[in-house]
Amino acid sequence: MKKLLKTLIMAAALAGGIGGFAVVPANALVEIDVNKGTIEPLPIAITDFLAGDALGAEISSIVTADLRRSGLFAPIDKGAFIEKISNPDVAPRFDDWKVINAQALVTGRVSKEADGRIRAEYRLWDTFAGQQLSGEQFFANDTNTRRVAHIIADAIYERLTGEKGYFDTRVVYIDESGAKNARKKRLAIMDQDGANARFLSDGKSIVLTPRFSPNRQEITYMSYESGQPKVYLLQIETGQRELVGNFPGMTFAPRFSPDGQKVIMSLLRDDGNSNIFAMDLRSRNTTRLTNSTAIDTSPSYSPDGSQVVFTSDRGGRAQIYLMGADGSGQNRISFGDGVYSTPVWSPRGDLIAFTKQSGGEFQIGVMRTDGSGERILSSGFQQEGPTWAPNGRVLMFFRDSPGGGGPKLFSIDLTGRNEQPIPTANYGSDPAWSPLLE
Amino acid sequence: MRRIAKLAANPVMIALVASLAIAGCASKKSPNNAADLGLGGAGAATPGSAQDFTVNIGDRIFFDTDSTSIRADAQQTLARQAQWLNKYSQYSIVVEGHADERGTREYNLALGARRAAATRDYLAGQGVNAGRIKTISYGKERPVAVCDDISCWSQNRRAVTTLGGAGS
Repeated sequence: MKKLLKTLIMAAALAGGIGGFAVVPANALVEIDVNKGTIEPLPIAITDFLAGDALGAEISSIVTADLRRSGLFAPIDKGAFIEKISNPDVAPRFDDWKVINAQALVTGRVSKEADGRIRAEYRLWDTFAGQQLSGEQFFANDTNTRRVAHIIADAIYERLTGEKGYFDTRVVYIDESGAKNARKKRLAIMDQDGANARFLSDGKSIVLTPRFSPNRQEITYMSYESGQPKVYLLQIETGQRELVGNFPGMTFAPRFSPDGQKVIMSLLRDDGNSNIFAMDLRSRNTTRLTNSTAIDTSPSYSPDGSQVVFTSDRGGRAQIYLMGADGSGQNRISFGDGVYSTPVWSPRGDLIAFTKQSGGEFQIGVMRTDGSGERILSSGFQQEGPTWAPNGRVLMFFRDSPGGGGPKLFSIDLTGRNEQPIPTANYGSDPAWSPLLE
Repeated sequence: MRRIAKLAANPVMIALVASLAIAGCASKKSPNNAADLGLGGAGAATPGSAQDFTVNIGDRIFFDTDSTSIRADAQQTLARQAQWLNKYSQYSIVVEGHADERGTREYNLALGARRAAATRDYLAGQGVNAGRIKTISYGKERPVAVCDDISCWSQNRRAVTTLGGAGS
């Protein structure tokens, strides 16, 4: 897999490489304001990429699905298109697109190179300004057409919103199958849209809570394989596994530091309580961050690494606390009516996502890092475990509905209005979003 | 008046009361397990066997929501467990701590661990050598009862004492 990733090219922005066009800096067409009542999705026309085969329509449909699921774009049905693009190198007939209210237009071409690679190029047009907004081309191994499409969708998203995209990403999660009282749990990984799912463990042992490294193809997770539940590292490409630390009791709730050099986790004390430790992966030194006769768990670093948010029941019931990365200044920040857990710091630094139990329901919400401005994005019978898309605009979580069955994955944007199911073959839980792939 | 009406409307409850009364005559033991209720084949279990422990002693205790306190009913069960374990000292044991599904995964791993430790400590307080007792938490990953209400959740909030084999 690593080879695949490395050899997938990241080729170069065209900057004039395809015919003469100018990249016109313009303001974003889509403004993301999570506090606004509604976001009006931008009508966009995404034409089939020109190709000798079905690849052109496939690329176009993947780009369309990515942009639609973001909730920020309203792709226009192809049946409404008037102009048929026959040469993506020349300007389209803008009037034909304005009349169907396509404020943005995507055209493109995909072809096979002599060496077997796929070459894909796209142009993004502002139809009302009558201008090209961007144009780039990419090369990829022919096994990687979906990634090319996701990279193009990210480029379009970024050009139109001014924010980084999140489509060229993966999600590691727990695949669950079988009856609830005999459930098999396997580590699995897939693209963020559910494609290309594959297993990373055999299902013989319970595995839980996988988390992505911020900068390596590596995850940390918890497994019962040795009998006693412990935190491990797994190299995704090689399958190499390694126990994290040499602690006497259960270790759990692992998460990487933002530089990828530490794993922070809970360690069970002999008295039955749990405290938070950080382990430096190079020196193997461990640092104790909390020392309470309480449950301290689910630690998550701020993106600058200077602070840690975590769950503790030291006040009686589970609440969210903040401390310095050295364990200093431990303060409670959640004060709403309910029980709070699974705090996760946004990669943007501005918000903390959490699970809240209140009124017999489980809720996914966000609050500012001082605990103020709580907003509930989603409520349900049983749901938990938010994970952030790398741009800090979308969360994924898992939900179990009453009536048997099992958990499924969902994404929701920060307005709380755009919830999308993430397709998985079996039940799914504990999603963890990767950073943007490189 | 209302209580009586409720009882009368519940044939299971009446049957239970009746069999409790019979058990109370037949034996002086606590009626807190399947055998004494006439539901299991107590006679079939060899004294000192794993089946004897599970059926006649009771291998599990239950907890209140988000609690690790050993309830009064659980104290009785653990007292019987301790007595049995002190008699059959060849067994090492593993106490499994479990949580119901009404909590988040990581917190419930911690909660299960705390329940296992509380159970271990209670058994140790009853004279069981702590060196014989290991603990493990399964959080909410191994429910025994599957439904969407408290009738199942209350059975899943539990600590189960499992015999880890003789001679160790």
